[in-house]
Amino acid sequence: MADPQRELLLDDRMVERVLARMAREIVEQVGELDQLLLIGIHRRGVDLARWLSEEIGRAEGTAIPTGSLDITLYRDDLMAIGPRPIVGDTRLPTHGIDGKTVVIVDDVLYTGRTVRAALDELADFGRPRRILLCVLVDRGGRELPIHADIIGKSFTVAGDDRIEVLVSGIDGRSGVELVKGAKR
Amino acid sequence: MTSRAAAYLGKDLLGLDELTREQILAILDTAEPFKEISERPIKKVPVLRGKTIVNAFFENSTRTRISFEFAEKRLSADTVNFAAGGSSVSKGETLVDTARNLEAMRIDMVVIRHPSSGAARFLGQRIASNVVNAGDGKHEHPTQALLDMLTIRDHLGRLDGVRVCIVGDILHSRVARSNIWGLLKVGAEVGVCGPATLLPPEVRELGVTVFQRIEEAIEWADALNILRLQLERMQGGFVPSLREYNRIFGVTQARLESAPRDLLILHPGPMNRGVEIDSAVADGPHSVILEQVTNGVAVRMAVLYLLAGGEPEKAEAAKGGHP
Repeated sequence: MADPQRELLLDDRMVERVLARMAREIVEQVGELDQLLLIGIHRRGVDLARWLSEEIGRAEGTAIPTGSLDITLYRDDLMAIGPRPIVGDTRLPTHGIDGKTVVIVDDVLYTGRTVRAALDELADFGRPRRILLCVLVDRGGRELPIHADIIGKSFTVAGDDRIEVLVSGIDGRSGVELVKGAKR
Repeated sequence: MTSRAAAYLGKDLLGLDELTREQILAILDTAEPFKEISERPIKKVPVLRGKTIVNAFFENSTRTRISFEFAEKRLSADTVNFAAGGSSVSKGETLVDTARNLEAMRIDMVVIRHPSSGAARFLGQRIASNVVNAGDGKHEHPTQALLDMLTIRDHLGRLDGVRVCIVGDILHSRVARSNIWGLLKVGAEVGVCGPATLLPPEVRELGVTVFQRIEEAIEWADALNILRLQLERMQGGFVPSLREYNRIFGVTQARLESAPRDLLILHPGPMNRGVEIDSAVADGPHSVILEQVTNGVAVRMAVLYLLAGGEPEKAEAAKGGHP
């Protein structure tokens, strides 16, 4: 990275290894793969969920349905932030989420407010038997009592630094970078 | 991807004449994900929770009022309906006094339908709440034009270069006016077709093609937006009889069969079957009239959602979101 403000934390090969390990952990923790759904949080979580689904599919020989969740309309700070962000797609598997084991997939776990919003939104779609949280990076700094069940990597990051996860589907390459001094 | 700056509409939505191309496209893009909410088991998201919206309808409307009400409820706003008949308006209260009284009860938005052109702007200048124009006199009906544009874009994949002909009473129609302004801004070609008595002479100056004969309009267009012929126009002497109107300007199956391509058929409703549109066309394979109704809810959700936002500077501070 030419930019001195950015520091590479994980390169593309490391991201792949970490995701492969996370896929194995999901299989271990869930057991019944026929009840499993991977729901990615818009935007980068969606790509990660697809990646994990393909990885589990390859290893276990069974296709794992994926979905996407945009939590914008469930945020708790919308009234404070000014003009509305454009809302992304929410697409859940056609047979719904009732009785399923839902793994929420996101790129970075920070304050926990996104996950809180995602849990509220999922509750409006049905009643999963169990919900797990799977994140590529846990950067600490929780403001709510929320924890992840499957974590790729944990980093301790200063409050005004930002973790950026890059995925090939959106950014053209994959990796995890630290952006120093960026407002969160 | 629409930028957040484009998604800033200002305090009020008064008409498409004063929006930019980017703002119009931002509303349409925002409406897209809102469609899905109406397909959910629980058709409600909490985004406008705690906001109070007054639907002030000083003119009869069923579909527009219900559509706004659905949009508001699906965003979790609290709504109050207010109709002119039987209210203090019939006791002589002025529009601004009515609005100030409503505002004194701490509301956040007013959706207004009014028989006078400019009523929405008049109100918007005098109260702090957001104002949404749900039709003002012969001026504008912006959310109707937006839902028409969304429906056309859904089916034809684009608006740029699409030929849309508006058929019927252009002179008295706020739907026509909003459609003309909106469509031209997003790069569509617009035609109008109707009896000379119902075409405003200055319409050509807007850059609109005028068709005297419905056959020519059908030959030219990709989509027809067929307006309701208001029955009171007959008493006004603008058209001799409904039967004659149908014979000359009615969109019939036979006329559509002679078209070089399939035409998308839109109608803002309520329809006069057998007058401006034949039943076979209204219920035919290219009719998107009921989709317009469905899209209306999504477009109105998008408008309310975008208006409820604050100043653009605040968006800068919040950039990077909420990990």
